[in-house]
Amino acid sequence: MAEKNKQHQEKSHEEHLREEHLMLDPLPRGQMNDMVMESMNTTSWKFWVVFAILSVIVAVYLFYDWAVLIIEGQGVAGVMRPDYWGIFLVNTVFWIGISHAGTFISAILRVFKAEFRRPFTRAAELMTTFGLVQAGFSVFMHMGRVWIAYWLFPYPNQRMLWPNLHSPLTWDLLAITTYLLSSTMYLFLPLIPDLAMARDRSTGWRKSFYKTLALGFRGTEGEWTHLRNAMNIFAFAIIPVMFSVHTIVSWDFAAATRPGWNSTIFGPYFVVGALHSGMGAVIMVLAIVRGTMKHMKYFIRPEHFEAIGKLMLIISMTWAYFFFNDYMVQWYGGDKWTRQLLHFHEAGPLGWMWFAMLVFNVVIPWSVLWNRKWRSTPWIVFIVGLLINVGMWFERYIIIPVSVTINRMPFTWRLYEPGIEVPMGIGTLAFFILLYMAASRLIPLVPVWEVQEGQMAHAIKKFGRETVVTVSDLE
Amino acid sequence: MTTDYKISEMKMSEEQTGKWGMVIDQDICTGCQACVAACAMENNVTFVGEVDSGYGRSMHWIRIERFWEGEYPEVKMTSNQPMLCQQCGHATCEPVCPAFATVHSQAEQLNLQVYNRCVGTRYCANNCPYQVRAFNWRDYQRPEPLPNQFNPDVTVRRKGVMEKCTFCIQRIHKAQDKAKSEGREVVDGEFTTACAQACPANAITFGRVDDPKSLVSQMARAHGHGVKHLEELGTLPNVTYLKGG
Repeated sequence: MAEKNKQHQEKSHEEHLREEHLMLDPLPRGQMNDMVMESMNTTSWKFWVVFAILSVIVAVYLFYDWAVLIIEGQGVAGVMRPDYWGIFLVNTVFWIGISHAGTFISAILRVFKAEFRRPFTRAAELMTTFGLVQAGFSVFMHMGRVWIAYWLFPYPNQRMLWPNLHSPLTWDLLAITTYLLSSTMYLFLPLIPDLAMARDRSTGWRKSFYKTLALGFRGTEGEWTHLRNAMNIFAFAIIPVMFSVHTIVSWDFAAATRPGWNSTIFGPYFVVGALHSGMGAVIMVLAIVRGTMKHMKYFIRPEHFEAIGKLMLIISMTWAYFFFNDYMVQWYGGDKWTRQLLHFHEAGPLGWMWFAMLVFNVVIPWSVLWNRKWRSTPWIVFIVGLLINVGMWFERYIIIPVSVTINRMPFTWRLYEPGIEVPMGIGTLAFFILLYMAASRLIPLVPVWEVQEGQMAHAIKKFGRETVVTVSDLE
Repeated sequence: MTTDYKISEMKMSEEQTGKWGMVIDQDICTGCQACVAACAMENNVTFVGEVDSGYGRSMHWIRIERFWEGEYPEVKMTSNQPMLCQQCGHATCEPVCPAFATVHSQAEQLNLQVYNRCVGTRYCANNCPYQVRAFNWRDYQRPEPLPNQFNPDVTVRRKGVMEKCTFCIQRIHKAQDKAKSEGREVVDGEFTTACAQACPANAITFGRVDDPKSLVSQMARAHGHGVKHLEELGTLPNVTYLKGG
């Protein structure tokens, strides 16, 4: 009886392992491919309703309002002296921050061979590319004469004029363009085998669509070797690009002479802030994908929320450290304008935002994510991720329009009242979701080959009475 | 040896005072705003209107800042402070423009704004510690009869472009051209900026600061209470304020 009971326990332990870890719960490859294809090809009426609503929002709030902005001038926005920079740049920094999580999850975890990354690298990489698109939109909305935005690029012209390489904005433009191009390529490379898989399993326009995109991938040894080499190079090379992008974004502020901006710690502080909001966004996307798409409960499991939750907790602690450092040094410096500014942050009309930022970015993540059970629950981490994103948006709002209210000419001090920036910001959010929804039905959202590769490397073996998880490294 | 040479070179460029400069005597400024009106007429500065002006979008290249001390009812007005582009020798607006729209004139030692080249990132205005740059938030309509008094020597700016005080560079050029055609140097006091010309109290004096004999240099030195605003930032401004003399 005891023997039997123990056997039962052993079995349930093995079952428990399979249930918990995707890598130990393999399905036949054909079945898994079909599951991914089905999740991609299934659209309910709810999908189309949301899609239609978002399309209308994008058409009106983003494109119509942008036309109004271009025809009328920046006056329809809330910017004025001294708040020459408003929500458009808040959104730019915010979207670039969102885009950081993709690279962080995909490249850094790939380089460190973290196995839990496998099913959701693509979901994160898509966020990078689409987030950067919104960042680009936001920064072009901000420009007074956007129709000559190409003057910022180093293009050959008769007057031999080049962009001013002294300007942090020029560095910024180069960094963001580099990041957009390299992250798009990095999104595309691991996608090729899945596109080939989709090509072999679809008909009609989809077949020709995947046929074009798969670049004739057949899965020969040579093709895999080239693909792996390219992916390796990109995974390592894109990490410094990612760090440089948000550091350079921070230099837009840190290199200026304004009180509150001229802070040497802004580089790492911004990078960590970007990761903070990015991880929050990834976990929100994963929770939505898991809840709404077919078969996704198999691929995205509580173990993934648990792992990302741990990362979020660490990043939240790092952010708190940098925030404290930034605040402490500025306060200790005792410059009279900086002191005024810090007082204005906490006790000014938008002081509630400053406190909400600290609650959303530090208090709530710390008090929720320490608990393994809570951080494994999708809806709980969804709310935490949402609040972190709100908190990080507040942080950027405090750094840009709230901080520029206080300058060295008290005669010009004035509070910023947003105008058309608000609907246009909502428009970029809607456009981000719209692009993501479209992509989720056009390309395999789960890197099937990576999951299968991981599952082949993992096995549950029995050594005597012991159940052991074994790994054989394929790479 | 080489290092010494470099340091001395650096010092020279630090002490470089510029060419054109201004002295503003805050003690005799009455705050009548004649300079503001004259500047707008001379430089085709647009008419923003009540609503936008009330929301901090007033476009003036020179403004009169009024300050007071104490709380009501014991309010003590301090002297008025006309604020305009300080034509910094080491300007913070210049390096941050990504399109080279704000550049330093080597010939006149002034900060120039190239309207045609401006793409409207507004970084220069953000980085100006004096907050003297004005942005064209819209294409403002000038009410009648203002469209009939454009100055033909000055460009009219359109929306999305940054602008600022030029020290009336069109007058500088006119005077230089006239002097050149007559085969002589520009004489001190031969011309002045619109704001200085309009000031009924003669609170604004304009001239060559690199000439120690010019009126503006003498005034800047004379009383020993000349102040340059936010000098601690190292911007090397070319406007001296006299106060409490």
